[in-house]
Amino acid sequence: MELKKINEYSWEIPKHDNMKVPAIIYASDKLLQGIKRDRTLQQAKNVACLRGIQLKAYVMPDAHQGYGFPIGGVAAFDLDEGIISPGGVGYDINCGVRLLRTDFTEKDVIEKRKLLLTEIFKEVPAGVGKAGTTRLSQRVLEEVCAKGAEWAVENGYGMKDDLLKTEENGRMKDADPSFLSKRAVERGIPQLGTLGAGNHFLEIQKVSEIYDRDVADVFGIHSPDQIMVMIHCGSRGLGHQVASDYIRYMENKFGSRGLPDRELINAPIRSSLGTQYYKSMSAAVNFAFANRQMIAHWVRNVFSKVMGNAEGMDQVYDVCHNVAKFEEHNIEGKLKQVCIHRKGATRSFGPGRKEIPTVYRDVGQPVLIPGSMGTASYILVGTSEAEKLSLGSTAHGAGRVMSRHEALRRFRGEEIKQELEKKGIELRSTSWRGVAEEASQAYKDVDEVVRISDHAGIGRLVAKVVPIGVMKG
Amino acid sequence: MKKYRFLRHTADAKFQAFGETLEEAFQQAALALVSLMWNWETIGNKLEVPVQVEGHDMKQLLLNYLEEILYLFDTRRFLLSQVDDISIERKEDRYVLRALFKGDEYSSKTEIFGDVKAITYNEMEITRTMPFRIQVVADV
Repeated sequence: MELKKINEYSWEIPKHDNMKVPAIIYASDKLLQGIKRDRTLQQAKNVACLRGIQLKAYVMPDAHQGYGFPIGGVAAFDLDEGIISPGGVGYDINCGVRLLRTDFTEKDVIEKRKLLLTEIFKEVPAGVGKAGTTRLSQRVLEEVCAKGAEWAVENGYGMKDDLLKTEENGRMKDADPSFLSKRAVERGIPQLGTLGAGNHFLEIQKVSEIYDRDVADVFGIHSPDQIMVMIHCGSRGLGHQVASDYIRYMENKFGSRGLPDRELINAPIRSSLGTQYYKSMSAAVNFAFANRQMIAHWVRNVFSKVMGNAEGMDQVYDVCHNVAKFEEHNIEGKLKQVCIHRKGATRSFGPGRKEIPTVYRDVGQPVLIPGSMGTASYILVGTSEAEKLSLGSTAHGAGRVMSRHEALRRFRGEEIKQELEKKGIELRSTSWRGVAEEASQAYKDVDEVVRISDHAGIGRLVAKVVPIGVMKG
Repeated sequence: MKKYRFLRHTADAKFQAFGETLEEAFQQAALALVSLMWNWETIGNKLEVPVQVEGHDMKQLLLNYLEEILYLFDTRRFLLSQVDDISIERKEDRYVLRALFKGDEYSSKTEIFGDVKAITYNEMEITRTMPFRIQVVADV
């Protein structure tokens, strides 16, 4: 496929064949080599062929092959002409990241970090198969899906201030749980307040570098060695079921003929099925917000118990990595509402956007980019440039480069734990095999991903954090 | 006996399952899928769950059948270790699969390796002549 170099950090697939718009890839030479090895570019081209797509199909620096849309894909659609696609959001709806700050430094917790981690491992239900500690009725589950993190706060999990510092204030207003299938509800009931397995994790981290002091200050990050807590998880089986259900409903109604890939199944945004998907997806988004809200609450409880207090453990922010939303963007000189899909991408709004909490509105929103297990994670800030370059979006993480089976052949969980311990990182997991599958060597270099985000201007570096304790589901 | 294998795939899990009949390939696909989450060879078979799934074509049937395993795990903590009495038939405009799932309930002694989020159509292939072969990519 022809690839035109625009500058050092961006490449274009010019419009050809059935493409309605070009595709643009934000990547360095090095990242592009990785991206070219799988079907990412073909998938970006497929997205560019969809009805009603606006401006361009965008590919983030951490992109890799997905199903239908690539992971790290961003696309916006015209509300009248365009489509909404479950494959443009992904199966783990509102997989996302929440970051808590603390007033503790490494010195304060170094002696107690094993205990902290052990207690967190006890408090937060981890891997698959463990039912959450809260068994809900269907009615309550539907309330959770309607109100998201608001439900959690009303029920004693966390503080009102957390809501202000959550994307969408922790609640997608259009959520309608009555469109969830019985199966989605059944899968959600035992899983609320669970971390899940795979690449999901909870880390106790310390700030290791601050790149932008002024912005970091606004985010509550003041000094190297400051302790932070990062929670990475999503909507669990409920979200997966919503995606699977609507792929099936849309396929049964509209068929997949003419689509280059069955996972690109979609519905017109304004159709009843399109609307129902949006409302169900929003319900799953809310489930995930509530999930992270509850987990954050339990983490604070553990700090309170082990450290004597959890004062100052304010939320920095909570971001979605897999979501579709209605947002206003500048489309060919006109401000216009579009339906934006971010699949493995983070919203990266710059200063002034009304969607950003007032406390951050002068600097831009925090963008949280987790690394792979045991490696650095980053805090970036959204930019006004991103709104012009990538519909206000940037990367979401490291992105795999090696299959799980390859990782299993090469690594052993126990050895990874020992290596991490040598670096001063404690690890708890329910499965050694799970640890081996998530070996950091199986992932892209997250340092390179955030460097490109920064240089391309779609998300600027603010701070780097490194783990001292990792809980892997 | 194992008649499945895993192939290279960057992010997700891609496997092929084989059989002398289409039914056997479906059986093997179920075992391949659960091998991503638990060691089915060490799980008992005292629980039985009769299942019936439908699809308007063979691929949708396969997807719904494998999704059933994920659903039973999430909602009943059912760990599949065996698929018996499997039959696939065509009924007018759709396919119907019936089978008896056997397995055990999750206990804290069972190691769960990871999460399978969903079964995808991505690179899904079903060869419906000898040797029967199924290829699936699961989102993990």
